Amino acid sequence: MIEIKNIRKVFGEKVVLDGVSHIMETGKANLIIGTSGSGKTVLQKCLVGLFEPDAGEILYDGVSFTTMNQEERKLLRQQIGMLFQGSALFDSMTVEENVQFPLDMFTKDTHAVKHKRVNEVLERVNLVGSNKKYPSEISGGMKKRVGIARAIVLNPKYLFCDEPNSGLDPQTSMLIDKLIYEITREFNMTTVINTHDMNSVMEIGDNIIYLKDGKKEWTGNSKDIIFSDNQNLNQFIFASEFLQDAKQMRMMEANGGKFPGQGNQ
Amino acid sequence: MNFFTHFGKYLLMLKGMFSKPENGKLYWKEFMHQCNEIGIGSLGIASIISVFIGAVSAIQTAYQLVSPLIPKSTIAQIVRDTVILEFAPTLVCIVLAGVVGSKIASELGNMRVSEQIDALEIMGINTKSYLVMPKIAAAIITIPLLVVLAMVLGIWGGRMAGSMAGIIPKETYDAGLLENFVPFNVSFALVKAYTFAFIISSIPAYYGYYVKGGSLEIGRSSTTSVVVSCITVLLADYILAALLL
Ligand SMILES: Nc1ncnc2c1ncn2[C@@H]1O[C@H](COP(=O)(O)OP(=O)(O)OP(=O)(O)O)[C@@H](O)[C@H]1O
Ligand SMILES: [Mg+2]
Repeated sequence: MIEIKNIRKVFGEKVVLDGVSHIMETGKANLIIGTSGSGKTVLQKCLVGLFEPDAGEILYDGVSFTTMNQEERKLLRQQIGMLFQGSALFDSMTVEENVQFPLDMFTKDTHAVKHKRVNEVLERVNLVGSNKKYPSEISGGMKKRVGIARAIVLNPKYLFCDEPNSGLDPQTSMLIDKLIYEITREFNMTTVINTHDMNSVMEIGDNIIYLKDGKKEWTGNSKDIIFSDNQNLNQFIFASEFLQDAKQMRMMEANGGKFPGQGNQ
Repeated sequence: MNFFTHFGKYLLMLKGMFSKPENGKLYWKEFMHQCNEIGIGSLGIASIISVFIGAVSAIQTAYQLVSPLIPKSTIAQIVRDTVILEFAPTLVCIVLAGVVGSKIASELGNMRVSEQIDALEIMGINTKSYLVMPKIAAAIITIPLLVVLAMVLGIWGGRMAGSMAGIIPKETYDAGLLENFVPFNVSFALVKAYTFAFIISSIPAYYGYYVKGGSLEIGRSSTTSVVVSCITVLLADYILAALLL
């Protein structure tokens, strides 16, 4: 569980996060949604300490991360896996070496064991046969998947994914979402995902926080989101007519075939 | 940012390098890799420069020593002393500031901009010790060796040029090399080499490590780092000469 208390982050004049509080639950996919530039990446980076928040506190399972010193943070971070928006693969290493790097650094396993584990996670992200390629030789979506493989190779307790499926086709997208969801459940991880992909929101949104202009505008899960009457959220989620129709249908179903609002009259 | 902010941040970076390695074996591997990149990588250019410097200084010294009262072997002495005292350490390090410095700055800059440094930090790795320290250590180990090699090649270059141009026979040159030899000069040159090695690796590392922005800034900071290291090398050269000679 990660508790966020009143986080504030300012860049120069611009207030990017303005008193955000939230709880990221264990064993669930915690989604941060919001329009481009709403501060999702900044919030996630504040959580892991890549940005220092100007005010507020972050607690990992009750322990304050904000007041930890460098050494304590280093230890905690060995339980954190993170996928960056731009993948951040080490470009001097092959795909295989990238994924193996955390194992090399933090385990004393034999080469054979490490190799097996690497192939296992690469298989899980549906990426076989590219082991010897360099990051510059693979596509953006493949980089994302290598990034995920690298993030989960040590079975982290906390997993952070910044737009895990942007730039992927719907099918691979779904696969990645399912994968992240499965391992979250399987290993009881606290997973935090930044996304603006509606499919992900609907499929895996256990606990959603919607950011707007640096503030928490709405929170709930994928079921609540359909019935939310928050104007901004509706505009963001159900931006297309198609999705609006879908929302209407779902609401009608839930209402026993009547249009929302009709039931009470 | 003014000079003091930069200098303070630079010192903090150096202080941050000293921590217990998360995995000694990988740190060693990185160190060896950097020795190869920095040492072996600049072997060619360092050799070429030193041979030519030795050759040119032999010919120019002979050109300036017109008096028949001065023995020919003096040429060898002058070549030996200038190569050991100044040319091998300072000139080679100035050139290496460009070769090694820009490599270090752009490698770290690229890792910073593409968030690879952040990715390492998130894994719980001290990037100052994992990325910066092996580079500086490798420079401090390999560059003085290059300087020693440059001394030998420089003196050899003078010998070749002297005999090819018919200025001074090899035997006279060899005899001249042994006259009035001051071993302290070599120690002094090595002190310079260690100092310069530290300067031309740590300053570019600082500029690369803290780069902000995109590929344009990587290029810019790598240029700045080379300029700053060259000036610092010259400054240190002057200070060391004033203090130790
Ligand atoms: N290092 C930085 N320095 C200054 N401003 C920044 C920095 N990083 C982010 N910002 C600003 O913070 C705001 C939020 O950025 P952020 O990257 O969090 O958006 P996002 O929600 O992740 O958007 P996207 O969906 O496009 O990734 C933006 O206005 C951006 O300009
Ligand atoms: Mg983002």
